[in-house]
Amino acid sequence: MNPEELLEIAERIVGWGRDGEQIEAVVGHSQETEVRVYEGEIESLSVAESQGVGIRVIADDRQGFAHAGTLDPEVLEETLAEARDNTVFGSPDEFFGLAEPDGVEPPELDLYNEALLEFGTDAKIDMALELERAVQAGDPRIVGVESADYGDALSADAIATTTGIRSTGRDTSCYLTAYSLASEGDETQTGFGFSVGREPSTLDVAVAAKDAVERATRMLGATQPPTERVTVVLDPFVTAQFLGIIGSTLSGEAVLKGRSLFADRLGDQVAAPNVTLVDDPTNPEAFTASDADGEGLATRRNLLIGGGQLERFLHNSYTGRRSGSASTGSAVRGYASTPGVGCQALSLVPGDQPPEELIAGIDNGVLVQGVSGLHSGVNPVSGDFSTGAEGLRIRNGALAEPVREITIASTLQRMLLDVAAVGSDLTWLPMSSAGVSLVVAEVTMSGA
Amino acid sequence: MIDESLVSSTLSEALRTGGEFAEVFAEDRRSSSALLDDGKVEELSSGRTRGAGIRVVVGETTGFAHTSDLTEAGLAKAARAAAAAARGGGGGHQVVALDRVDAPSPNEIEVLPETVAKATKVDLLGRADEAARAAGSAITQVSARYADGRRRILVANSDGLLAGDDQVRTRFAVSCVAMGDTGMQTGFESVGRPIGFELFDEYEVDELARTAANRALTKLAAQPAPSGSMPVVIGPGGGGVLFHEACGHGLEADLVAKQASVFRNRVGEQVAHPEVTLIDDGTMAREWGAYAIDDEGRPAQRNVLIENGVLTDYMWDLLRARKEGRESSGNGRRQSYQHLPMVRMTNTYLANGTADPQDIIAATDRGVYVAHLGGGQVNTATGDFVFGMSEAYLIENGQIGAPIREGNLIGNGPEVLSGIEVLGNDFAMGSPGTCGKDGQGVPVGDGTPTLRVASMTIGGTAA
Repeated sequence: MNPEELLEIAERIVGWGRDGEQIEAVVGHSQETEVRVYEGEIESLSVAESQGVGIRVIADDRQGFAHAGTLDPEVLEETLAEARDNTVFGSPDEFFGLAEPDGVEPPELDLYNEALLEFGTDAKIDMALELERAVQAGDPRIVGVESADYGDALSADAIATTTGIRSTGRDTSCYLTAYSLASEGDETQTGFGFSVGREPSTLDVAVAAKDAVERATRMLGATQPPTERVTVVLDPFVTAQFLGIIGSTLSGEAVLKGRSLFADRLGDQVAAPNVTLVDDPTNPEAFTASDADGEGLATRRNLLIGGGQLERFLHNSYTGRRSGSASTGSAVRGYASTPGVGCQALSLVPGDQPPEELIAGIDNGVLVQGVSGLHSGVNPVSGDFSTGAEGLRIRNGALAEPVREITIASTLQRMLLDVAAVGSDLTWLPMSSAGVSLVVAEVTMSGA
Repeated sequence: MIDESLVSSTLSEALRTGGEFAEVFAEDRRSSSALLDDGKVEELSSGRTRGAGIRVVVGETTGFAHTSDLTEAGLAKAARAAAAAARGGGGGHQVVALDRVDAPSPNEIEVLPETVAKATKVDLLGRADEAARAAGSAITQVSARYADGRRRILVANSDGLLAGDDQVRTRFAVSCVAMGDTGMQTGFESVGRPIGFELFDEYEVDELARTAANRALTKLAAQPAPSGSMPVVIGPGGGGVLFHEACGHGLEADLVAKQASVFRNRVGEQVAHPEVTLIDDGTMAREWGAYAIDDEGRPAQRNVLIENGVLTDYMWDLLRARKEGRESSGNGRRQSYQHLPMVRMTNTYLANGTADPQDIIAATDRGVYVAHLGGGQVNTATGDFVFGMSEAYLIENGQIGAPIREGNLIGNGPEVLSGIEVLGNDFAMGSPGTCGKDGQGVPVGDGTPTLRVASMTIGGTAA
């Protein structure tokens, strides 16, 4: 379905509103294909079409919500009735309210590429097979490819409200991923590689295969080092994961509800002077770029930390209103939930040194190439973190032996202040934050 | 949900262009949840999804399509799409006449949540908020969530299988923030069972709220976690997730077949202390991962994976089992009709030992006592795992001492299994969990008695 058809449905729902009621309808539709190959054969080929609607009702300062995974006309009415009934049981809150048009023009982004529609099933299968072969051929120590996938999606959505919001969007996306197994002696290690784009010609089989091969083979022979305090270099993929967590602490919702370690710190120096952090979903380079947020307001560039100083928290309409400011266009949601607040395309402003130069300046350190259990090991309220890690030792400015079964631990507050350098290698990734090499001093590395 | 004659014609349509096996999985799911945060009931939310997933197998290839249109035309369209995706040639396979066989459910439902007034559900939240705040003036924030869901499924396949299940789940969780001189700390507690609103006859929400609050308050006095390798004692029920991740995933037949498990080719070997018995049991009444049938229509089973330290078997779904010429072990599960099933755990636990838990602690000179593990993950190919410790204490001179701040615990599955030195006689199940694999989440349970592992690495900040 195209966005105009979805908007028509959303407007129909909004039209059922009664006096004294605010209604918001979010309608989404997507078509997806996923091909998985294994040992030269198609293991599975899935074709999927899904749609859904989420309806929020606000009446007498109370909010209710309901969603359904279909757009059948009788279900739309049922869902609205359910959302309306749910308002009765919520607590009144004078700050509840839908977004209202705020005059900010949405950015012109080109997120929809027709070339995806013309890419046939056989071509998708061939691309997945080519990826599997490329990983296999990448290194004699590659003993298996657990999966090689091609996937794509065509998504459209529309938002309408009784407060005058009318927003539509659609985008195309496609990806390649491979999970590889490398073996030497008794030891096995795993790796992964990926490539993402808006249409298939931008996918790079060679890059996805090379990463999958390198990630699996570079850890062969890794050992557990002793515990010590070291300087760490986070590789771009690892930095992006940390940024996502730091971003969550800068949400206006966490601040208002007493769950942010940065509450009351606006204007303070919370990071080293080389740290400038921006959330900018209007940047066309970001895979998560979008012209409108989850409430249908135009997205915008938000400076969060400038030269180490805390500049701003992110808001949706509710948290903006309640904190006496306004939405920063940062409502995030699917149709099955009410809007939260979050980063959409977060990145550090890069420095001027490439990773080789950063490493050359370190006597004793670790290049962290992978972390695991980051989410379970971080408490975004207290800031304590501890994560499993693996990577390469850095000795006298050069990369040395691989290490595994280590953890790195600090607090988010400490880590931001201990950033010694930001690399020049900014890389956009298929997640809501971008990667860049990051040097952090004085981190506890636990091992044997 | 859908008529049985419609199921039959859909299967025939799916096999018309040459599939060897076809399956229809229909699902109707209703959910409701209510969230209290910051002293206010933010909203009630209701959800409804309904649809069918159809798969067609030809040789090594599975074609899959799903639809939310459960009419004859909608199902036929999805069947043709799945058949086209499977790329069969020829034809000739027939659908065996469907024979409905329902398995008994391990869970009896007394009070269907949909029959309970919304006001009654909301009332639980206010009580939890009040009890948590009363636990100490340092409690500065409370959130509580009530959630229930009812999932009705119907599965039919071209081998003649036809079965259904009506799965109800009810859950309650409380999370608190405490503020002290050293900053903020959090505490969490949750309960859930595959039963209805009678869950609250068994659990008092006030008590759950106090537990969550006390966890946060305790951590205000916590010291930085130590770093390095040391003995770890895991409390009853608090660490089952470790064995789920570190051992269970490696025993899933799909990962084993793809060489992605450290436990491949090891059936019959001694992989753990002779007192270690690891079981996955989908029939465990009223436990979070229990059901009557799996999402391929196979009745749930009790599967012994490791018996007296010897690896006895893996867990199987339908396709993996067919390839090996054996029966599924009832572990074929999927998140929803929009997903393909794969091998998944149910309730995975280490069976009781014989030691007195007090003796286990007393015999530990220096180490860490983990009362509660948080989330974690494992690399099944290497066995390496990582877990957050959400409630842990130092053990000094055989006694549980000061609480420690959050940190990770890392180790290796096979090494931990062989490093288990002693098991207590105080088995308990842990909190309800959601297991993620290949992007799909399903409800699972876990459990352990008190046990000690000779050495694991604690990732703290203290030297």
